[in-house]
Amino acid sequence: MAKKDFYPLLIIIAGLVLFPLLIRGNEYFITILVFWGINAIIAMGLCLLMGYAGQISLGHAAFFGLGAYSSGILTAKYALSPIWGIIWGITLAGGIAYLVGKPTLRLKGHYMAVATLGIGEIFYIIFNELIPLTGGPSGLSGIPLLTIGGESLEGLKFFYLVWIVLLLLLIFSLNLINSRIGRAWRAIHGSELGALTLGIDVARYKLQIFVLSAIYAALAGSLYAHFVTFISPSSFSLMFSILLLMMVVIGGAETLWGALLGAGVLTLLPEYLRGLEDFEVLAYGAILMVVLLFMPRGILFAIKKMLWRSKE
Amino acid sequence: MAEIILEVQNLRKFFGGLRAIDQLNFVVARGKIKSIIGPNGAGKTTLFNLLTGIIPPTAGTVQFAGKILNGLKPHAIARLGIGRTFQNLELFGNMTVLENVMVGRHLRTKAGIFSAALRLPQMRQEEKAAKRQALAELHFIGLADKANFLATALPLGEQRLLEIARALATAPQLLLLDEPAAGLNMRETAKLAETIFRIRERGITVLLVEHDMSLVMEVSDEILVLNYGRKVAEGPPREIQRHPEVIAAYLGEEA
Repeated sequence: MAKKDFYPLLIIIAGLVLFPLLIRGNEYFITILVFWGINAIIAMGLCLLMGYAGQISLGHAAFFGLGAYSSGILTAKYALSPIWGIIWGITLAGGIAYLVGKPTLRLKGHYMAVATLGIGEIFYIIFNELIPLTGGPSGLSGIPLLTIGGESLEGLKFFYLVWIVLLLLLIFSLNLINSRIGRAWRAIHGSELGALTLGIDVARYKLQIFVLSAIYAALAGSLYAHFVTFISPSSFSLMFSILLLMMVVIGGAETLWGALLGAGVLTLLPEYLRGLEDFEVLAYGAILMVVLLFMPRGILFAIKKMLWRSKE
Repeated sequence: MAEIILEVQNLRKFFGGLRAIDQLNFVVARGKIKSIIGPNGAGKTTLFNLLTGIIPPTAGTVQFAGKILNGLKPHAIARLGIGRTFQNLELFGNMTVLENVMVGRHLRTKAGIFSAALRLPQMRQEEKAAKRQALAELHFIGLADKANFLATALPLGEQRLLEIARALATAPQLLLLDEPAAGLNMRETAKLAETIFRIRERGITVLLVEHDMSLVMEVSDEILVLNYGRKVAEGPPREIQRHPEVIAAYLGEEA
């Protein structure tokens, strides 16, 4: 963590403390902010992969799904404790990311995008077709709520769980960025050849960040399953992978804060556009285009630039 | 006879029908500055890519400090103590000058993902030391006042120096410099010559590929002349300047 990250962290913590006073038990708003938190956890991992290490993934919905189905199946079908679902989800997603990452991370740019897209599609089909376990297209229901000390986590309590997990992962990630490992990722992004000749095992570091980002996604998936208690394959389709990528790009891939902001914008925006009914998708698309055209480095960077200007 | 740090034996690299390096033999003595010259396409950069493991040789061996390098990955070769710079710069444009050099400390530091993520005391110590050593290299090369600039914000000459500082941060025994004077003005080139001497004073062996003949003649203990991937001549600068084949192949008739 660097000094410049200190104030944004304080703002988040202050927001978490003040949050219950602001929303006064508005369940709808709590739900949306839980989704923001869940999406932000995945976006953060993806930001490390894309914005820092310079690798792309169009298959992260699969890792999110692996976490969700691991938790869902082990708790709803086999009545195991949720912690086993989470551990299994992380292990499975990490293991699969390792196995597919090993050959595909040699690819670059578009090829890597297509390879990860394929992975996403394969798991989408598996979620749909492995009916005895996943329930297929009609979904998997009866996933229990998480409980801590006999108290089941719903609403505000779950909100706090998600955002505390997010906060811990954020600090963890910020520390990584400001270490030799984060510098190695950024060096690979800057010049693979340069990184290699400085003794960085490029293949190993690419694989490491790919696995780590898959683990973030799987953890978010487990949280998601225990929050909505019903999951179906449509939540883990290519569309969601693209949405995750958009979160990172729209917010600003250069910093984790951008990814957090992007996750917020793309979680909240559809809710605000709902009043437009049939025109919702149209307005959504138009807004995204405008952002990408006029803020190519993301919303966060555009805000920073505005602040610098107003100072001068 | 001084200790041999690098020994190249019967080295060959063919790209299809092109013999980029052909039956090359030479040695580099520890603590010396050796230059490799030759016209464009003579195989100089190919040779550097072979020495650093970026590309595998077609045949032959490279032995560094008693170890055979064949089959080793580039990062492993860097770890053994070969540093290099690039003719077409390979800086990390998304990072500051200081961060670029700190990446050079990567292979001499150890912190893993958990000690880094949790900022364990050992990792913090290591981080501080890496920063100090990187700053020392920037002082050595003369860029300390620009430590917080983005690497891409530097003029070309300073970007070349930054690449040297970054390579020095890996604590190499052998430093390969690929056309470090390209694009430099006369004053910068003179300073570069002095820097190369100071690198040798640190006990680091230098292998230099360079087109600037006055720089080569000034700094080299020995010169190897390549043409079409083959050795044309090898010897101290005085001998090379008078060598008839070298004059014909490279220095031009008027020399």
